[in-house]
Amino acid sequence: MPFSGNSDGSSAALLRHYELLLVIRRCEERLQRLFAEGEVPGFIHLGIGQEAISVGVMSALGPADTIASTHRGHGHALAKGMPLNGFFAELMARDTGVCRGRGGSMHVADMSIGMLGANGIVGAGLSIATGSALAHKLKKDGQIAVAFFGDGALAEGLLHECGNMAALMNLPLLLVCEANGWSEFSPVSSQIAFDLAQWSAAYGIAYRKVDGNDVVAMADAAAELAGQVRSGVGPALLTCTTSRWGGHFEGDAQKYRAADEARGRDPIVVAEVHLAAAGVGQQHLTQIAARVESEIEEAIATARAAPPARFDAALADVYTSASIGEAL
Amino acid sequence: MAQLRYGAAIGQALADAMEADPQVIIMGEDIAGAGGSFGITRELLDKFGPDRVIDTPISEAAIAGMAVGAAVSGLKPVVEIMFMDFTTLAMDALVNQAAKARFMFGAQVSVPMVLRTPHGGGVSAGPQHSQCLEAWFAHVPGLKVVCPSGPANAYGLLRSAIADPDPVVFVEHKGLYGQRGEVPEVLAPIALCKAATVRGGEHVTVVAYGAAVPLALQAAEQLASGGISIEVIDLQTIQPWDEAAVLASLSKTGHLVVVHEAVEQFGVGAEIAARMADVGFAHLRGPIVRLGAPFMPVPFSTELETQYRPSAPRLITAVRKALGKE
Repeated sequence: MPFSGNSDGSSAALLRHYELLLVIRRCEERLQRLFAEGEVPGFIHLGIGQEAISVGVMSALGPADTIASTHRGHGHALAKGMPLNGFFAELMARDTGVCRGRGGSMHVADMSIGMLGANGIVGAGLSIATGSALAHKLKKDGQIAVAFFGDGALAEGLLHECGNMAALMNLPLLLVCEANGWSEFSPVSSQIAFDLAQWSAAYGIAYRKVDGNDVVAMADAAAELAGQVRSGVGPALLTCTTSRWGGHFEGDAQKYRAADEARGRDPIVVAEVHLAAAGVGQQHLTQIAARVESEIEEAIATARAAPPARFDAALADVYTSASIGEAL
Repeated sequence: MAQLRYGAAIGQALADAMEADPQVIIMGEDIAGAGGSFGITRELLDKFGPDRVIDTPISEAAIAGMAVGAAVSGLKPVVEIMFMDFTTLAMDALVNQAAKARFMFGAQVSVPMVLRTPHGGGVSAGPQHSQCLEAWFAHVPGLKVVCPSGPANAYGLLRSAIADPDPVVFVEHKGLYGQRGEVPEVLAPIALCKAATVRGGEHVTVVAYGAAVPLALQAAEQLASGGISIEVIDLQTIQPWDEAAVLASLSKTGHLVVVHEAVEQFGVGAEIAARMADVGFAHLRGPIVRLGAPFMPVPFSTELETQYRPSAPRLITAVRKALGKE
């Protein structure tokens, strides 16, 4: 059944948003420590400061709507509903991870909730989401597909191919640009010559720009555009201005960046201001914070106790083995 | 036995697969209204309508990436890339996305897509419309690579490729599209990952695929008149390939030649030769010989291209070399 979104602004909705913001923030802060202590191998790309985009967009989606994520995908995965156990176990390379320890941070995915995967290739999620939108359209299932991408991906050719394709085919695709101002280690101003509003106009794609650090504004804008896309009028693009507090990857010395560079507003503080205005007391928030932290610690402890990723199982999953050598 | 052209067999397989499974859609440049640049998808638009027979703009990267997205969202897309040379523009979707999704997502999902594309020369199409790049894809874990040699297995292998849960690069030979051949009265799928012995023989095993198979059969006739009997194995699926079938034939003949139209260096033949030099060492009674194109781009000139492509006389020389007679 098509999902109708939720931007009622009620304190109940706001509290759900707040809790998710905290889950994402605390998970990533915890990952920083686990990474430093050697419990999380590889590369991790954190989205601290950008959490309200994931929470806001996902509040407009149902479980059968699909999303294609980026290399900075923890927030997308968690907001879409990825269980903490599977999430931490994956990043800690356990057999119980969502991807059985084969993908890690850059490939967290959960098909059961329409999370089609974080992606190690900048811009690649654009075409995957476009194809998923085509499937929704042909199946007439009332769902939409969302492509997340950063403003660094504006330089990728796939943006043009997919924008053209989605507009031409009238696909139920919501393009969400997380505009944090950085293209890996370079300011976007030195990399991108065009403006997304003008780009969208050129393709006939509905466009809106929103404060990506304000979860209420995000949820409202996402509900409006997702609703429009769901109604079948074609793709839309939402640019969410935000700020990447950390480096491109964890451990990035950020020599390209001024130490005193201003951060964007903290999405969690912004949400707390909204909650205070709605009359929600600090005590309530403290309880939520305590619950979130204990759930995260429990997931980490569970992952630590879980068996490591298995080589034999990995080797067996290169192909869907049952099909080898068999006819129809 | 009935007769069918190679191209028509492919079109028939597409039509039958679409008839059998409503999740099958086809997409590509000029495949609907124009019927495909080689006419393979002619009539499918009328039969199945624009929702399932989709013309796309010239956007190879998006076409292949969309196939991945559609495949993980419940469809079985069959996309056409007009010339194999253009798959260079679709590499991320194939190599980083389609091939790895099942593995890197912990087997949560398979990617049931087929990418059809024609390779091969013989029509003076020049360096950017003639290449045989199948070895690239065979080198990527997670992709299956299939290459039919005639109408019967073009039909049967494509049906299996479309039904297969994994991503398949289905390589057609553009020089074969117009060739007629025998097909069974009742067309049926042919299993992937299985080779076919298309001619039995005693002295030398010749492994071939695609257009090299009819070439090998032609050489076999000429060799037979000189008293040399070759066994021709049509690989059919290049990856995962039927090692057991090649080994079984080698154990009988003791001599091995691998022939393909792709350049010889670092090619499919190199892999087969290396494996057989290992697991088949005890059976070998002579050097393994490869025959492919020389290490140069495919030339435009008809004369140059004729010299470039493997021919029956060159295959005969290769067979004699394997037997120590050259």
